[in-house]
Amino acid sequence: MSSETTHVSYLEYQGRYKGLRGWIFSTDHKRIGIMYLIAATVFFAAGVVFGFLMRLELLYPGKTIVSAQTYNTFFTLHGVIMIFLFVIPGLPAIFGNFFLPILIGAKDVAFPRLNLLSWWLYVIGGALVLLSILLPGGPADTGWTFYIPYSVRTGTNVIFTVFAAFILGFSSILTGINFVTTIHRLRAPGMGWFKMPLFTWSLYATAWIQVLATPIIGITLLLIVVERVFGVGLFDPALGGDPVLFQHLFWIYSHPAVYIMILPAMGVVSEIIPVFAHRTIFGYKFIAFSSLAIAVFGSLVWAHHMFAAGMSDFGQFVFSLLTFLVAIPSAIKVFNWTATLYKGSISLEPPMAFALAFIFLFSIGGLTGVMQGALSVDIHITDTSFIVAHFHYVMFGGTGFGVFAALHYWLPKMFGRMYNKKAAYSAFWFLFIGFNVLYFPMFIMGWLGMPRRYYDYLPEYTIYHQISTVGSWILITGLIIMFTNLYLSLKRGKKVTARNIWGGETLEWQIETPPTYENFEEIPLITEGPYEYKDNDQDILEEKEVV
Amino acid sequence: MIAQSVNYAHSVDEAFLFILIVSVFFLVLITGLIITFIIKYNRKKNPKPTNIHGNLPLEILWTIIPTVLVLIMFWYGWTGYKEITSPPDDSMEIDVTAQMWVWKFTYKNGITSDSLYIPVNRPVKAHLTSLDVNHSFYIPEFRIKKDVIPGRKNFTWFIADKVGKYQILCAEYCGLNHSYMLNKVIVLTADEFSIWMQEKLNEKNNQDTVSADNINNQSVAK
Ligand SMILES: [Cu+2]
Repeated sequence: MSSETTHVSYLEYQGRYKGLRGWIFSTDHKRIGIMYLIAATVFFAAGVVFGFLMRLELLYPGKTIVSAQTYNTFFTLHGVIMIFLFVIPGLPAIFGNFFLPILIGAKDVAFPRLNLLSWWLYVIGGALVLLSILLPGGPADTGWTFYIPYSVRTGTNVIFTVFAAFILGFSSILTGINFVTTIHRLRAPGMGWFKMPLFTWSLYATAWIQVLATPIIGITLLLIVVERVFGVGLFDPALGGDPVLFQHLFWIYSHPAVYIMILPAMGVVSEIIPVFAHRTIFGYKFIAFSSLAIAVFGSLVWAHHMFAAGMSDFGQFVFSLLTFLVAIPSAIKVFNWTATLYKGSISLEPPMAFALAFIFLFSIGGLTGVMQGALSVDIHITDTSFIVAHFHYVMFGGTGFGVFAALHYWLPKMFGRMYNKKAAYSAFWFLFIGFNVLYFPMFIMGWLGMPRRYYDYLPEYTIYHQISTVGSWILITGLIIMFTNLYLSLKRGKKVTARNIWGGETLEWQIETPPTYENFEEIPLITEGPYEYKDNDQDILEEKEVV
Repeated sequence: MIAQSVNYAHSVDEAFLFILIVSVFFLVLITGLIITFIIKYNRKKNPKPTNIHGNLPLEILWTIIPTVLVLIMFWYGWTGYKEITSPPDDSMEIDVTAQMWVWKFTYKNGITSDSLYIPVNRPVKAHLTSLDVNHSFYIPEFRIKKDVIPGRKNFTWFIADKVGKYQILCAEYCGLNHSYMLNKVIVLTADEFSIWMQEKLNEKNNQDTVSADNINNQSVAK
């Protein structure tokens, strides 16, 4: 093989620039993916710190470490950073950038320079958020939802944070356009739509939401600026505006955004499960189409965040009904993943452990979401810690564990180094147990009437808060073990040169480890689906022959 | 379960319980299957996997069953919600005013109070107004929550069916002292309530005379 002597990995490839500039001005989708990985890890760490401090403050009723004002900025920063800087861009920007072109047999995304621009916008937006902490006025204290009128009255740096979110929105839109075009135009010859890996399908559905829904939040955030700067009455009742209109516009984006956050993680899980069960995936088309169904129905349920705000009965009826229906495609996915384990040959490598934990935690998140679809029940539990628990089960138990699964699955491919598996398993157990100890008590106290975004609480909730805070310590221990292990693996982990370390059948496992600059020496010709595992059938045939 | 202290609490809890039971069933089913498969089809025990591409009847089955179940859940939630939003015409009307970070309750006769005193077993309709930002009027034991939004006329209603004290909280983030925007509903017997109201009226009359006296005294002093 000539490639063994000549191949240069994208990590060593010398382009126009050297050193750091060779990264921050690189248009290679793999380098951009890794720059997203680095930036997102930094932002994630910041988000974790604010979350940790919030939980510490809630260890005892009354003041524990900080004032109410500081606490209010903590939950705002935690939300803004985690949502806009980690969960939304996370999987598509890191692993989507790195693997989307490879998975469809392309050399890069359709618009490499636009791709670099979206990374820059992302970093600038992120820097603005962090800068808002330091500027006079102090960080925003509105919650990540920026509800009007409070957000136009507070003296904190709301405009700054809103502007940051506006820029981040553009980064997201550009990535979306890039991915849609890439998937339409750059699939290798022979790769029909139903020969695409399921991660690609989920990125495709995600990208459409990014393109269609994000402009709405962009416009809405601009309107806040117009209102604050020019005094035009849009949302503020003092100026003759309607605060509920703001809520509608906010959630028209932010609810579909929840699916931007979860769909790629579902895609990752759909990749990992067949590989470690070593068999073909169950119900490929159902999983693929359920991604599209989620994207479509998910765009029509935004007002279920506002059941207590006061809408017409007709509105409540329709939004509740659609909310229940959007649960169905998610349920279909869960059933198909479970069925994929049936008669497989399962090896519980670290990525598989995280993927199975995803199914469990996401199921809890999804089922508690169903509870909130019921109007009468939602009236009681909306805006309580029940909802905080619910979305952390979806966003962290779901997407977060999806990211962890992806890291353990693909990092060896990306860097050609293997992490310590024992450390990976101990991190897994700390994370899994810590997560449940941290968030499960919130369901109980929420049902008992503990509102969210409370700096202080009544003494009867103390026990739940304390269990939850202890959970945050266990969880963070797991995060430290996991990130240390992965980081050390890049420095001194065992070298991996084998192309296919897990026995996967998608294209990334057929190219060099780490990949070369152009991914493929020759664009492959695709003749079969992504998870055929024909060797399983061959074994049976051979056996018959022997008999 | 927290105390049910209002007419429709049981229907809210019933809907919740139904969804909870279905949810626990599915969670146990999925988790049980995953664990069983992990053990049974472990690579050591089952080195030769079998490819199964799918099964249409199964897909149809696990689409239809959840759909039927969620439609039942939807119906439970909707009928409960209708109850929560349909006050009888003879309800006692009270104005609830929210302001950073206090509640004020005004009765039809002009009497105001910081806590909400109401008679037991009598429908109460609360009209919600905000003087500044969004708040949300929340009484967990009554299972009611309604946002209080400036420029909007929202209302909620309930029949408290047990005498006692219940927590009122603000459930929509409203700034610095959001978590201190608390008060109580005090449910009294009909007699106790009339006595309380009478005392309030007397107090108000006295205050009116006292303040009138003050004004007189001041003008004398001048
Ligand atoms: Cu309030």
